[in-house]
Amino acid sequence: MRATQTKPKVETTPTWRHHHILDLDDFTREEIELVFQTTRAMKEILSRPIKRVPTLRGKTIVTLFYEPSTRTRLSFELAAKYLSADVVNLNASVSSVAKGESLIDTLGTLQALGADIIVIRHPHSGAPYIAARHIEASIVNAGDGWHAHPTQALLDLYTLYEHKANLNGLKAVIIGDIMHSRVARSNIWGLTTMGIGVTLCCPPTLLPIGLGEEQLPPVKIEPNIELALDGADMVMTLRLQLERQKSGLLPSIREYINLYQLTEARLARAKPDALVFHPGPVNEGVEISPTVAHGPQSVIKEQVANGVAVRMALLYLLTGGHKQ
Amino acid sequence: MSRKVVMTEEDIKRTLARIAHEIVEQNKSIADLILVGVHTRGAPLARRLADNIESFAQTKIPVGTLDISLYRDDLPSLELKPVVKLTDIPAVDGKSIVLVDDVLYTGRSTRAAMDALIDLGRPKAIQLAVLIDRGHRELPIRADYVGKNIPSSRHEEIKVKLKETDGADEVAIIPAPVKEGQ
Amino acid sequence: MKPLLIQGGQIIDPSQGLDASGSLLISDGKISWLGKGEEAPPQSGYEILDAKGLVVCPGFIDLHCHLRQPGDEEKETIATGTRAAARGGFTTVCCMPNTSPPLDNQTAIEFIKSKAATEGTVRVLPIGCISKGRKGTELAEMGELASAGVIAFSDDGEPVPSSYLMRQALDYSRAFDLPVIDHCEDKALTEGGQMNEGVISTKLGLRGMPSAAEEIAIARDLALAELTGGRLHIAHVTSEGSVELIRRAKEKGINISTEVTPHHLTLTEERVLDYDTNAKVNPPLRTKRDIKALIQGLNDNTLDIIATDHAPHTEADKLCEFDLAPFGISGFETALGSLMSLVHSGKLELVTLITKLTHEPAKIIGNKYDKLGTLAIGTPADITIFDPNREWVVEPKDFASKGKNTPLAGERLKGRVMATIYGGNLVYKDSSIKVKEK
Repeated sequence: MRATQTKPKVETTPTWRHHHILDLDDFTREEIELVFQTTRAMKEILSRPIKRVPTLRGKTIVTLFYEPSTRTRLSFELAAKYLSADVVNLNASVSSVAKGESLIDTLGTLQALGADIIVIRHPHSGAPYIAARHIEASIVNAGDGWHAHPTQALLDLYTLYEHKANLNGLKAVIIGDIMHSRVARSNIWGLTTMGIGVTLCCPPTLLPIGLGEEQLPPVKIEPNIELALDGADMVMTLRLQLERQKSGLLPSIREYINLYQLTEARLARAKPDALVFHPGPVNEGVEISPTVAHGPQSVIKEQVANGVAVRMALLYLLTGGHKQ
Repeated sequence: MSRKVVMTEEDIKRTLARIAHEIVEQNKSIADLILVGVHTRGAPLARRLADNIESFAQTKIPVGTLDISLYRDDLPSLELKPVVKLTDIPAVDGKSIVLVDDVLYTGRSTRAAMDALIDLGRPKAIQLAVLIDRGHRELPIRADYVGKNIPSSRHEEIKVKLKETDGADEVAIIPAPVKEGQ
Repeated sequence: MKPLLIQGGQIIDPSQGLDASGSLLISDGKISWLGKGEEAPPQSGYEILDAKGLVVCPGFIDLHCHLRQPGDEEKETIATGTRAAARGGFTTVCCMPNTSPPLDNQTAIEFIKSKAATEGTVRVLPIGCISKGRKGTELAEMGELASAGVIAFSDDGEPVPSSYLMRQALDYSRAFDLPVIDHCEDKALTEGGQMNEGVISTKLGLRGMPSAAEEIAIARDLALAELTGGRLHIAHVTSEGSVELIRRAKEKGINISTEVTPHHLTLTEERVLDYDTNAKVNPPLRTKRDIKALIQGLNDNTLDIIATDHAPHTEADKLCEFDLAPFGISGFETALGSLMSLVHSGKLELVTLITKLTHEPAKIIGNKYDKLGTLAIGTPADITIFDPNREWVVEPKDFASKGKNTPLAGERLKGRVMATIYGGNLVYKDSSIKVKEK
């Protein structure tokens, strides 16, 4: 009977190498799967009447947000608290930063005050990398300029994974202002790493240069929304910043709506079990019709719920004893 | 490295059968019983105990699994975090829980498991069943049901293998690796 | 001062077509004798600097640098900048007028000249503004600036925004036979830009500056140079497209000269990965393709000279978010070392390199002062002595410049200046160089 027995699973040591979470471009498939597995366990904790475990007791987590954000900051704060960590929220507009204290100085102060993990959201791409260079604490990037939003992409991936356990070969479409979107960039990295085909759909003026070249992950470009949506398993719509019209990248919001709004009719071109994503906050009636946003295929609320569990998983995985 | 097998597949089978009978004997009403296996190897052991009880007492005992990674007291010193597995336990309020684990050593895992259970609700009682008790307790913890007592030195490793996780049933002692120059 | 014999080096002087081993004698601040092979000078009573194994050439001339004084003395002063220049083998540097206040009048030029005379280590030739206050609206008093001694006009740091003003500048400057140096950039396309627009800017989420912005401005200036016959000099050329435009303009006989920097010849936009602000420069580092075209441009004389665009900043200035960091690379002290990589890899001949650093820039400056960029008998003894094979590691804290902002920190370079002589005086000497009595 030996030959037909499948090899049973043996517990292996997890291969987590990250001291910081800055972007998804250096996450392996195995690491993303480890995040999924850990998130599942965290979700179970969130289903309990007492949502608390003592795991990060004694650890201090600071959120340092240079850009306003309700949901992301709250998500991180709750994640940290559910793990019993101490949380401090710094709103950069009211602290000494407003008086001209530089990012480096602020980080130095936080380090001296004993922060173990610093969650940073910053309007300039690359700011968390400067932080990571100059500080011992772990840095979690909660969004830097146009560049990356790794925790968002991970929660998007996890939400997809909950619905479709086998991700390989799925088709994802991202619609919207790719050029200025850190959510799009991180998702492109994450989706392609998991073997998912990515199609980008947007007006050419909102498409960054160089996609399709070697150093970047492989993506398809399709400016026509109907063609882009054909056979899609995952549809992600991005928020359209109204300033884009002011800076001349779009002739009008009206035209954007005509060409790129995700409506029920357009969504019908995707697979019948396709899922609709949005990183929030949603401009209903602009990038997505209210019917679709609240419709049966929308997983927007699940994304938010999963956000806390994913962030709990990441905070847990980050707090090791020794720096790798 | 010469390993010494202290329990064969047959030994383990008989021991689990004996523990299953002891559990039924000690618990007046097995209607309130839940067997909770502590990941990793406690889980299949709990399953086997439940199957045993069902076969001679004709009662299906609910089985749960418990991951204690998040309750460990040594997390800050671990370089790589343990992989967190799923905790899946039916409601614990008012129930008698028998925690099932493969090896009882310092007692810290059991302490973590109890904290986890209490975070889930208020069990009527918690008992502990282990396949092996190897001594060297660091906390005031004792097992209610013990498969085999194996006094061991701190340098030795007790390796439990189960079919469900390792492909075979066996308990072996592996002596400490010989140091250079000895 | 005793005469000094520089003995036994490889003398390379493109202005005289000279490339042979020999010695040269300096007396009273001028080159007084030159001998080939083992020849010794007829007189006696001189000191000897042993240049065996070293290249001896005219002192390098930098047509484009920023000395920051007056106004930004914490970044650099004429004193520190010229000391850094000497360490880099530069005996003449031309400083850009984007100071505070800008160099748009006689008093400002006099200030530079007097500071240079009292505190400068090498020759400083000032460049005057094209427009009043560098505001880009009205012409500066070029006549006054010319009499005060500027060797060119430029609003560098900024392009000349209006075609009309650029035309007037090229026209008006003809009266003084001085070049108008333009920093070619179409700002409408580069606004908010931080680096080259391309694959790396997409990956990093940074706004890019496309090469087209440089090419458009160059095309404009070339047309105006053709129209007016004025002397156009294009600063820091960086793209393949730009080189192409210039090549065609030169074929048509338009009166232009052009420059390229050591960093644009050797570093690509990949230096910006990991958000290294020390690689943030305007115009930005571009791609391998552009580098290939620039080297070709040097070799076929589409690009006339090499200039450093030395742009020092304080450490604090550069230690911040990429978007907020100022543009600029501190380049004097790494120029030769980084350029030699092109010689060692066979892409550029050593003679060509020296020509582009000495003879060609001297031609652009002209003979208003003394004859520069040459080792001809009777000319000022401005001499650079370097070891083309000496390996060394770039250590910014050892720079004489206040600007430690270089992307080359920790790099191993092959080629180093060993001694620099300005007007007959040894203004820089490596500790291994020995000067002894005959």
